[in-house]
Amino acid sequence: MLVRMLVQNSPAQPLTFLRRGQPVTLPAVPPDRTLLQVLREDLHCTGTKEGCGEGDCGACTVVLGEAVDGRLQLQAVNACIKLAHSVQGQAVFTVEDLAVDGQAHPVQEAMVQCHASQCGFCTPGFVMSLFALYEHTGGGQGVDHAAAQAALSGNLCRCTGYRPILDAAARMGQLPCPAGARVDEAAVLRGLRTLGQPAPEAPYQRPATLQALLQARAAHPEAQVVAGTTDVGLWITKQHQRYARLLDVTGAAELRRVETYPHHIAIGAAVNLTQAYAALVAERPSLAAFAHRFAGLPVRNAGTLGGNVANGSPIGDSMPLLIALGASVVLMRWDTKRRAVAHRELRLEDLYTGYRQNVMRADELLCWIKVPRPSPDECLQVDKVSKRFEDDISAVCLAVKLRIDGGVVREARIGAGGVAATPVRAPLTEAALTGQPWNEDTVMAASAVLRDEFRPISDMRASADYRRAVLGNLLRRHWLAQQGQRGLRLESLDLEALA
Amino acid sequence: MNAPDTALLQRQATSAAGASRFHESARAQVAGAATYIDDIPEARGTLHAAPVCSPVAHGRLSGFDTAAALALPGVRAFVGAADVPGDPILAAFGHDEPVFARDSVQFLGQVMGLIVADDAMTARRAARLVKPRIEPLHPVLSVHEAHELKSYVLPPVHVARGDAAAALARAPHTLDGEFEVGGQEHFYLEGQIAYALPLEQNQWWIHSSTQHPGEVQHWVAHALGIPIHAVTVECRRMGGGFGGKETQAGHLAVWAALAARKTGHPVKLRLDRDDDFMVTGKRHPFAYRYRVGFDDSGRLSGLRIVMLANCGFSADLSGPVADRAIFHCDNAYFLEDVAIDSFRCKTNTQSHTAFRGFGGPQGVIAIERILGDVARHLGLDPLQVRLRNLYGMGERDQTHYDMKVEDNILEPLMTALARSADYGRRRAAIEAFNARSPVIKKGIALTPVKFGISFTATLFNQAGALVHVYTDGSVMVNHGGTEMGQGLNTKVAQIVADELGVPFERIIATAADTSKVPNASATAASSGTDLNGRAAQFAARHVRDNLAAFVAGLDGCGAGAVRFLGGDVITPKSTRRFEEVVNAAYANRIQLWSDGFYRTPKIHYDKLTMKGRPFYYFAYGAACSEVAIDTLTGESRVLAVDILHDVGHSINPAIDIGQIEGGFIQGMGWLTTEQLVWNHKGYLQTHAPSTYKIPTAGDLPPRWNIDLWPEANREDNVHGSKAVGEPPFMLAISVYEALRDAVAQAGGDPEAMNAPATAEEVLKALGG
Repeated sequence: MLVRMLVQNSPAQPLTFLRRGQPVTLPAVPPDRTLLQVLREDLHCTGTKEGCGEGDCGACTVVLGEAVDGRLQLQAVNACIKLAHSVQGQAVFTVEDLAVDGQAHPVQEAMVQCHASQCGFCTPGFVMSLFALYEHTGGGQGVDHAAAQAALSGNLCRCTGYRPILDAAARMGQLPCPAGARVDEAAVLRGLRTLGQPAPEAPYQRPATLQALLQARAAHPEAQVVAGTTDVGLWITKQHQRYARLLDVTGAAELRRVETYPHHIAIGAAVNLTQAYAALVAERPSLAAFAHRFAGLPVRNAGTLGGNVANGSPIGDSMPLLIALGASVVLMRWDTKRRAVAHRELRLEDLYTGYRQNVMRADELLCWIKVPRPSPDECLQVDKVSKRFEDDISAVCLAVKLRIDGGVVREARIGAGGVAATPVRAPLTEAALTGQPWNEDTVMAASAVLRDEFRPISDMRASADYRRAVLGNLLRRHWLAQQGQRGLRLESLDLEALA
Repeated sequence: MNAPDTALLQRQATSAAGASRFHESARAQVAGAATYIDDIPEARGTLHAAPVCSPVAHGRLSGFDTAAALALPGVRAFVGAADVPGDPILAAFGHDEPVFARDSVQFLGQVMGLIVADDAMTARRAARLVKPRIEPLHPVLSVHEAHELKSYVLPPVHVARGDAAAALARAPHTLDGEFEVGGQEHFYLEGQIAYALPLEQNQWWIHSSTQHPGEVQHWVAHALGIPIHAVTVECRRMGGGFGGKETQAGHLAVWAALAARKTGHPVKLRLDRDDDFMVTGKRHPFAYRYRVGFDDSGRLSGLRIVMLANCGFSADLSGPVADRAIFHCDNAYFLEDVAIDSFRCKTNTQSHTAFRGFGGPQGVIAIERILGDVARHLGLDPLQVRLRNLYGMGERDQTHYDMKVEDNILEPLMTALARSADYGRRRAAIEAFNARSPVIKKGIALTPVKFGISFTATLFNQAGALVHVYTDGSVMVNHGGTEMGQGLNTKVAQIVADELGVPFERIIATAADTSKVPNASATAASSGTDLNGRAAQFAARHVRDNLAAFVAGLDGCGAGAVRFLGGDVITPKSTRRFEEVVNAAYANRIQLWSDGFYRTPKIHYDKLTMKGRPFYYFAYGAACSEVAIDTLTGESRVLAVDILHDVGHSINPAIDIGQIEGGFIQGMGWLTTEQLVWNHKGYLQTHAPSTYKIPTAGDLPPRWNIDLWPEANREDNVHGSKAVGEPPFMLAISVYEALRDAVAQAGGDPEAMNAPATAEEVLKALGG
């Protein structure tokens, strides 16, 4: 009851962002209000729609513009689970903002000409995802179906079957672009510089430096830590949780970087999933297909790798891969006595103690994820199995990294998701492989061990039996792939030959 | 001498129908300026409601503890069964659903009452604080248990022709089988919503996202205990319907109206997506058991089939849905000796309802599955077996409900598709691929659809419209149909534009409104354009006749000599602008508006014997799908789809192709990734897009060819067109049959594979 009273009296704070080149200021917005609520209910801009309230349908897609290293970074995100204060000091573009003097934006014109709206409810979201793609491709240049499918992976349409929308994506770059339709980067950056920052003691804080972030954490261990709120957003919209105080890690400049060292890369906790996976794929190009299956684009743009890891969901897709790669996490805190930053480093699999539970202290933050760089003899395979290819949650996720030398498995690291209460290593299977000759008998034996190593649950994603069966089969695929077998995956089919 | 040709050319140059006009709302939709109900500026004092849902699937309800909910700041009221001034039972088809649960709860998610609050989030938060007092009872969750207990929402129906038992006894081969096909969530992007505004003198204005404003009006009046004329229901557009807003929208409207009545405020009720899943009905899951007899060529010689429809806790539209499954379990094939037993099983789940195809898909998939199995049993190509069983021309052309199939184009249509899709060569190529591919296996199937067009309840096949011509020559059309994205308003505007010979842009189609066209049928059964388009055509024709008579009087010619073309009114003597004529007619007190009314001819049907001609005509089509499966995980992809579909002479090819594509992809979702999972307590675990997976843009097959059959409707239908909303949905059964082909080619057991063919289901069929 005390908690509820506290929350109901929770102080609201001013919010300012840039829209259509002008600052928009709301004097008092509660810290846990969503951007979609602000747009629809406070500003009465109803062009942006709510389809699901959990970031899975994309009807609420808006584009955010943020100054990053002197450039304007534009990204499509889901407004329904984006907290309003997270866009403090940024530029917000909605579907109402694209037309210039009543003249449709090329994205909009292409959607009309391709008959790409039927009921029209998902349409504003598609328009905004395409708008981001338009800007990212220098005015929609060279956009084919594959690029459009990737850009639209977080937008659901129930009417069209998507073909006309994909056509619109390909056509938008061929239409004349009215003067003023392109985002004027310099003007937006100028506008952003005029926007202020909230007071240091405001209930929603997004400190600009790592030290300020850690100090804020030390001062307010009760605050809910957030990054992209692609999960916490649902605690608000679906579980109706209220938060009087939130600490957003994504503003800390140091944590927005990916740093490369001789033996590892370090991914800051504020790096979004789009960029984090780009870094992982740059190190290991074979991860590209897996990266594409991680959620939809607006979720990858908003969510962070650090958030995915810290949240610790047993079906989070990053952890099996990171565990197999031997990643570690760096936890940091502000030591108030020594007035200095303290840190410790853990193997990722040692972070978790139970279902969404971990070893972190109340004043600690997960700040860095360190991923070893590939060795030449590394054999890596990661698989995600789900009902739908795009934007789905794993029934099973399995990452296997082997080092094979002289026909013998010298090292095996296996990470698995969807099989236990936390993301886990598979030590028994690793033991069944390590030191054994790399042959079919070993693989069959290890597959049997892997099937029995965990006691997965049956739920709406898959039965326990299915999960077990697939675990073993995925190890088998690894073997077949290592034997030089080709065409082992649906993704590898030559689809273009069919068209 | 060349006059007819000239006129034809002019007509082609100026007519609206037949052209791919953009959707009338497209420009507003892409700008975020198209208004859905939640976008309507709220009236002062508007409150928001949220449902209080049953946490158990079956139980005795003895009351509520609402204290904690009402204590939450911003909460205004709890609304329950005691607040219903009229009939506490909804005015639904079966009169078997309480407005709010009263003494019992019958499914997990059933609405027992509402919380009304200042804002939606407060209402939702408070709704969860309401504690019902429920004594749990055993829930019946499986259709098989319901059937064993003879737990039905409606009596069983048996339809037979010939002597199935004798035919099976003498058949050279017989095959037995059983399988199940899952339900489907509509997942309209705009969730269910209603906004009820009290007017003066106990009158009501209801904004409802509904396919059936007339039914919503009736239900609200019934629950409020007031005459129908005191309620007006308006719907400008829906953000998708697919059948899910045929009856289900009525519940929302009734609840919002009751909350508005109790509080004296306007009340908006917008379901959160998860609540929408939990509260509203879905496509009926079906279970089947069959015995089929056939000869060496695969031609069927006897079929006995039992269909168990999982109806949920109440009848809703389950009767006509299960009936349509009976009508369509022949799909395209002549079933000479057939016996069908249809059971409408009552379970403690959401009450399943209309969904695109309306039982047709559940009928069609049964026979397609059976033919696929027959072909494999005999080692024949399934396409050959399908062709061999088609309805004949002039023989073998009577359906099991005694309707003659007079407009059959299936054989030429399927043959043309097999040729354009290169079916034979690809089947061979797939077999070669599979021989060398250890993990990935492919499959292919070509299946037809024949879908009966008309409401099977003959009385619903009527429609009305109003056409108003204003003094500046602008035209407004209003009709009984609703716009849910299917382009009905666009097509109707095209029809009216042509009838008056004015440019398409001059026509505006306005919101469906029960105070304009009364007693309109649901926009359903694919019949929106057939019915409302014709009614609007007639209304426009009346106005045109008035104008023609007026102009004929001016020019001293016969009214029949007056033509309306390209914005002009042309007589043998003169050509005038349309608006000029309208203005002059107004000055001469000529009526410039009219109603139009249409009822479908020829149809008749006896509900008791289930014989007659329930359908005005059939729509036809066929699809060829190629798929690949991953035999290690069961995952699949649709690689190639070729479709040849019959929409008659299309009024708007872009819109019709949009319906074909969208219907196919939706059907593909039903049969592949869209799985509804209820746990052992009757809790729907897949209640949001995070767990319920409809197709995405990435699921669009790389090869995707859609063609329209060139022929006009052989029946006299508006502009020679055919209905298009539902029939293409069933083309996706080719995907399911292709997956079963792939499973068979991989050495698995396709008969073990139920629908949807999720990865798990495919792997199970592979024995994995």
